[in-house]
Parts: sequence; structure tokens; C-alpha cells
Amino acid sequence: MSQPRRQRLAVEEIGDVTVVNFLDKKILDEQNIQMIGDDLFRLVDEMGRRKILLTFTNVEFMSSAALGKLIRLHQKLTTAGGKLVLSGISPDIMEIFVITKLDKMLTIVKDEQKGLQSF
Amino acid sequence: MTDRAIAADVIVPSDLAEARRLQDEIEVGLQAKRYGDRDLFAIKLAVEEALVNAMKHGNQLDPAKRVRVAYSISERAFEIRIEDEGPGFNPTDVPDPTLPENWERTCGRGVHIIKSFMTDVTYHGRGNVVSMSKLRNGSPE
Repeated sequence: MSQPRRQRLAVEEIGDVTVVNFLDKKILDEQNIQMIGDDLFRLVDEMGRRKILLTFTNVEFMSSAALGKLIRLHQKLTTAGGKLVLSGISPDIMEIFVITKLDKMLTIVKDEQKGLQSF
Repeated sequence: MTDRAIAADVIVPSDLAEARRLQDEIEVGLQAKRYGDRDLFAIKLAVEEALVNAMKHGNQLDPAKRVRVAYSISERAFEIRIEDEGPGFNPTDVPDPTLPENWERTCGRGVHIIKSFMTDVTYHGRGNVVSMSKLRNGSPE
């Protein structure tokens, strides 16, 4: 039985950039991560978005489970000739990206404004 | 003043909601012992990764299989032992997730994060038991 979908992302268009804000403080639960992934992939696969800026300003905690979706989104956009940029990541969460060396693969900037300038 | 550790030894079903409940309990204990925010984040993250590994990869989320969790929180260090009923694994077989050729693989990142954020991590038995500890680094501002 399907559950009513709770909004986990706020999506806004600024010029030709799709800005996506995570609404949850914690990105942990596998079902949530799956739904977040589905919503993000839909932006590329069905809505044809090519410049996506993710902002993590609200996110206080996330685990490795969410990283797989970010990598997949990055791959999808790269293959389609687009670009993914991450912004507003707290120092604690940034450490996860640094330790896993995903900061070398993904484009990560300080805040949304810098993100908008990086496309 | 005595340093009486906060300690628990519990057996829980392979249910991720139980993992969250345990994490909340541990967080309350760490705050009671006045661990700093960075220690809190590191310990919560390592416990999350280890419990998900035990319940999902070890016990395959089989509700009949249990996870035993024993932890203690002293003024000096946090220690935890997590045992699942799965077949175990050899941590040296896990591909290094930091190598570019493995970036797209989904496995191994949790184990790497645990090692990086904790002071000491040891796998026992057939690889279905992990003991880990973190020395306290600071107190709240």
C-alpha cells in the first residue's frame, strides 16, 4: 500500500538553473533516500533539466546511503551534457565528502550564490 | 567525583527504526557526558553506518534475526560492540571507495567512514562483530 508522499525537496527555477533545497534535517531513512533519488532523477530524465544546484543548508546529518544517489545524479547529468553543483554543506557533512574523496568528483561550493555562478 | 559510565547491552530486531531509537538513546548519553558537537556527529554517523551494515547487509533485514548492541559512554571515551547474525565479511575484501575506479560502487563507503571517524575499529569472529571506540575530543562550547 502506498503512503502519501511527503514533500522532501523544494524546487525553484533561477534562470536556467534548477535549485533544489533539501527540506529534511536528516537524510537517513532508506525509503526517504529512494524517494529523494526518484524525484531528483525525474528532474533530469523527464523534465529535461541540465543544470542542477543542490543546497544542503537545512541538512544537519546524512549517512553514506545518500551518497550513492548524488553520484548517480552526477553521472546522469554528465552523460546528458549537464552539470551538478552542491552548496551549503556544513563542515561536519563536508568531512564525509572529503573522507570518501567525493569532493574530487563532485563540484562543491560554499553557498547558493556561488553555486549559481558556477554553471 | 566518580566517572560512572553510562552503559547498556540490548538485543534488538533487524529494524532500522530500532537503529534510530538506539542512536537517539546514545546521543542523550553523550550529551549527558558533555561530549562536544564534533564528537557527537562522528559517533552518531559511525553508529548509523555500523547498525545499517549489521541489520541490512548482515541480517538482510530479516525480522527473525537480531542485533546485539553493547555500549558504554565514559568521560574519556565512547565504546560500542555490534553483533549481527549474518555470515560476516572480510573487511580487507571491501574495495577502497576513495579510489576513482570505485567511486561509482555503492559498497565500502560505510566501512571507510566508520574507520575514519572512530579512534579504533576491530572486526571479530567471521566479521559479524564490530567493536569500535572514540576518545573524547572536546566538550560543548
